[in-house]
Amino acid sequence: MTASRSLRRRLAVSLAGFGGLAVASIVLGPLVGSTSISLRRAFDVSVPFADNVDAQIFFVARLPRTLAGALVGGTLAAAGVIFQGLLRNPLATPFTLGVSSGAALGAMLAITFGWTLGSIGLPAVPVASFAGSIGAVAIVYMLSRARHGGLSTNTLLLAGVTMNAFFSALILFVQYFADFADTYRTLRWLMGDLDVSAYQPLVAALPLLVVSFALFAWLARPLNLLSLGVDSAETHGLDVRRAQRVAFFSASLATGAAVSVGGPIGFVGIIVPHIVRAMVGSDHRVVLPASVLFGAAFLVGCDILSRTLLAPVELPVGIITALIGGPFFLWLLVRR
Amino acid sequence: MLSATGVTFAYDSTLVLRGVSIDVPEGGLVGILGPNGSGKTTLLKVLAGTRKPTSGSVFLDGQDLRRIPRTVVARRMSVVPQETQLAFDYSVLEVVLMGRYPHLAAFEIEGPQDYELARRALEATGTAGFETRPFATLSGGEKQRVIIAAALAQISAPAGSPAPLLLLDEPTAALDLAYQLEIAALLRDLRDRLHLSMVLSTHDLNFAASVCSSLVLLRDGQVLAAGPTDEVLTTRAVRELYGVDAEVHRHAAAGHLVVTPIRRSLASAGR
Repeated sequence: MTASRSLRRRLAVSLAGFGGLAVASIVLGPLVGSTSISLRRAFDVSVPFADNVDAQIFFVARLPRTLAGALVGGTLAAAGVIFQGLLRNPLATPFTLGVSSGAALGAMLAITFGWTLGSIGLPAVPVASFAGSIGAVAIVYMLSRARHGGLSTNTLLLAGVTMNAFFSALILFVQYFADFADTYRTLRWLMGDLDVSAYQPLVAALPLLVVSFALFAWLARPLNLLSLGVDSAETHGLDVRRAQRVAFFSASLATGAAVSVGGPIGFVGIIVPHIVRAMVGSDHRVVLPASVLFGAAFLVGCDILSRTLLAPVELPVGIITALIGGPFFLWLLVRR
Repeated sequence: MLSATGVTFAYDSTLVLRGVSIDVPEGGLVGILGPNGSGKTTLLKVLAGTRKPTSGSVFLDGQDLRRIPRTVVARRMSVVPQETQLAFDYSVLEVVLMGRYPHLAAFEIEGPQDYELARRALEATGTAGFETRPFATLSGGEKQRVIIAAALAQISAPAGSPAPLLLLDEPTAALDLAYQLEIAALLRDLRDRLHLSMVLSTHDLNFAASVCSSLVLLRDGQVLAAGPTDEVLTTRAVRELYGVDAEVHRHAAAGHLVVTPIRRSLASAGR
């Protein structure tokens, strides 16, 4: 059904559809919450910002959070698509190759040992988590290259899974001796939370995401060819090694940046690509942009739920995505 | 047109090919025969450029394959693997359009002429009705023909371009008798109508005898014999290659040599 239409048409239709969803969720995000606000008053410039509660809720409590949700959701969904294409495995997630566990280790160390980075002007936890993810990626990459010089996807998978387990053990080891309050903060971080009340982390992550997304756009066609198998992709004229390397590093970089903002929010990176593929087919030139838009809409939607479901209690959004994602993932496994 | 000279190839420390030389003339249909583990598939991969020879070289029109940019090679020469399993579900038309990859610039989208060439390739392989079907839902024989269509779309070039090449790895391995004959007819048709040069590896002596103009017999990574099919395919060759006593005779109705295996050869050396 989808294939008979030309690529341009499919692209236009899915960008309009998923783009509409994304815009709607981003508009809705700052309006919904445990307290109702008046938009008129929020945008009333005659009231000084310090006295304008509505404006503060809109611009400080909700808008950055909504934007963070859109950015993190879109990025994790796209990174999921890239990792699934690279590993030729539809069950891969952005966290399969160890990025998130490295990030978790970094964040946990920053929390437990109270690191501060006052001199750079950036909060320590996101920076440490990003550094941790880069460290994990570097280790996994070197391990996967140790044999044959190429990028063996099997070795990548094994190395990633092992790093995940090893880093988790390190986290538990340190937590065993840590202070209760720090352990609680670490646990909260691990749940994945969009508790962002400033624009600064978003601005810091943006350049990384721009670079990654540009590479994603180039990767769309190479990933189609990789679906045929590595050798076939090569005989179609693709430089397979280069494509694999670009995919691995761009998706890892993007995931690291997203996790530094929102923590390891699970399931977005697997549910979204699967729903998108079921609707638009498998051509990565459509799947990637559609996943970015739907990922943004999905996570902002989950965040709205997390803020309203048990209001005034705010749940970490990672719990919502996991509650929706877990059963979905199982259904997917059984259906295959 | 395509040739290998003194090609040696080793996986880690295991020698798979030892000084293999082979020549594929324009319009030729060369079959590579040999028992399991004789290096047939590896030789095809070396010819395709996906494995680099440990020593020796492969030449395309006298130019070292390693010196030719891979997209240039891909526009000229395509490969049909033994089996294709897609990681994701693409439609038949999408799979065939992937063959146009080496003809498009980095962000270029397939144009009308790419669709035209893809549809013509589907017609040439008798799969025009499958266009919108998910590739995964096809039978083994249908998949094989669609992959051949993709390979044709890949090497479709404007008139006056150098003659294209098709490499096929055991094209009939997973197919039943009817499909085997169908593929044989298709290959002959492609050679006669599209003037393709082809190299294929196969286990099936009778299939090879029915389509190949010349044969290369491979044993333990070495060429045992090479030449026109009618000269190379003999009782002695079958015994040396497989350790099997067989009768080789020309079948009047089929119009080509037919091999009838009788028993494992008592005098078989090395097996």
